[in-house]
Amino acid sequence: MIRPLLILGAALSLTALAAALLSLVWTPYDITQMAIAQKLRPPSPAHWAGTDHFGRDIASMLMAGARTSLAVALVAVGIGMGVGVPLGLAAAARRGSWIDELIMRGNDLIFAFPSLVIAILITAVFGPSALNAIIAIGIFNIPVFARVSRAGALSLWTLDYIRAARVAGKSRTRISAEHILPNIANLLIVQGTIQFSLGILAEAGLSYVGLGAQPPTASWGRMLAEAQTFVTLAPHVALAPGLAIVATVLGLNLLGDGLRDALDPRLRGRVA
Amino acid sequence: MARYFLKRLAALSLSLIVASLVIFALIEVTPGDPASFMLGLNAAPETVAALREQMGLDRPLPLRYLGWVAGMLSGDFGQSYTYKIPVADLVAARLTVSLPLALLALALAVIVAVPVGLIAAARRGRATDAAIIAGTQVGIAVPNFWFAMLLVLLLAVKWRLFPAGGFPGWSDPLAALRALTLPAIALALPQAAILARVLRSALIETLGQDYIRTARAKGLSRAQALTRHALRNALIPVLTILGMQFSFLLAGAIIIENVFYIPGLGRLIFQAISQRDLIVVESVVMILVFAVILVTFLTDLAYALVDPRLRRRA
Repeated sequence: MIRPLLILGAALSLTALAAALLSLVWTPYDITQMAIAQKLRPPSPAHWAGTDHFGRDIASMLMAGARTSLAVALVAVGIGMGVGVPLGLAAAARRGSWIDELIMRGNDLIFAFPSLVIAILITAVFGPSALNAIIAIGIFNIPVFARVSRAGALSLWTLDYIRAARVAGKSRTRISAEHILPNIANLLIVQGTIQFSLGILAEAGLSYVGLGAQPPTASWGRMLAEAQTFVTLAPHVALAPGLAIVATVLGLNLLGDGLRDALDPRLRGRVA
Repeated sequence: MARYFLKRLAALSLSLIVASLVIFALIEVTPGDPASFMLGLNAAPETVAALREQMGLDRPLPLRYLGWVAGMLSGDFGQSYTYKIPVADLVAARLTVSLPLALLALALAVIVAVPVGLIAAARRGRATDAAIIAGTQVGIAVPNFWFAMLLVLLLAVKWRLFPAGGFPGWSDPLAALRALTLPAIALALPQAAILARVLRSALIETLGQDYIRTARAKGLSRAQALTRHALRNALIPVLTILGMQFSFLLAGAIIIENVFYIPGLGRLIFQAISQRDLIVVESVVMILVFAVILVTFLTDLAYALVDPRLRRRA
């Protein structure tokens, strides 16, 4: 079955990824190279996304910005998965025990914190940097993955083959790692895609208020913050980074939805 | 019911205690001593020490924690280092801006999302539905501060319909509402998109139930069955999201309030963090966490009242 939205999502996500990877070795211009005489130029063949207030090439900055956004969001998802999934599996393996209760109440607690406020607090306490943005975003990914993996694992624990493994003498930890984890991988991939897109939005927000990656590292959020002053003179400086964020987040969301439908046979044929 | 209530209340108190410990610890490790920050670089060490003593910063940690909590319980949130007025007054003043802004954004989101969600569910699988889904996908993907910039560019700078920023105060209610309109629209966009999607899938779920078929068999039209029976039942997940969105809007407006220079709670936190006005940060974050936990508690309680099945499960 052909899934046009899944393909669109994959195409948009891969474009962002390709731009980010390519920027490691090549960008049309050096992103630190200023040319005041060329400032705020509209899109042209030489600068196809125009130039900013320092005369820097916006297309090059978008490519380098993709690198920052994707890296921050990806590592934040990694933190969320790395800590959240084992917690969720442990909670499900000992359902109803004090460990389960402790983990789930801890989750509720993190959910209760206004995430943006805490992220701003963390970056303010430890200084604004891409690394602290990653930590701030990553912490709030932990309860999401813990909840998803617990819910997925709970339904598996009632199945016969898991019981058989128990009877065969396998420990709960081994069963979680060998049988449960591979079976909830689909769920985790879908959730991972969604958290990835949320991470990109969060990173953009943090760097927009100056608490994300610091200059000279390019970032979409900071490009928007700098563009704000010139938006009436040259709207293209604000349009390009915004569209880059929308396209990437939209792509990842479509990819996540498409994967969920494709990986879950029960949803096949249903309009999500 | 009483047992359920007590259990939830115990969980609520425990969450608040842990939250207060976390916030206190986080503020403690913040570099920069408020006393020396207030007095500047050239202050004599004795002056700084005297101010630290006056502010109670020289007391041992557990005592300061207990003092902070006891103060909050009696409604005393301490004194702002920079504004020199009680934090409670400061928060109250900012709430007169943030609360209306959050409510306005929430109202806008509901006004847009309910009809949109209804139409999408009623036209499920058709072109209208597909267009609405596409629209909500974009709505979720747009960063609200960027949307805010576009709104300012178009509606404030080009067409001059709304002010581009600032807040004139409530003495002129009409001007105040005009100043809050663009920020509210910017805040409402992603919330409306999320709400419409949740409502649509909840409605589709309900429409498959037997009692809807019975209602249709009784002779109700599709639209009647949808609005009279399905909508009411689909509201439970929608209300959950609304509760979460309200607390998010109250706290999550930080960035939007900064875009529009609106003196709300979010901007207060942001300024307090950069000015090392830690008592304000500490207390405002605690108040926000309290609000979120309380909203969750009340939502849980409301469900238990509406749906007896939930009581037994707890």
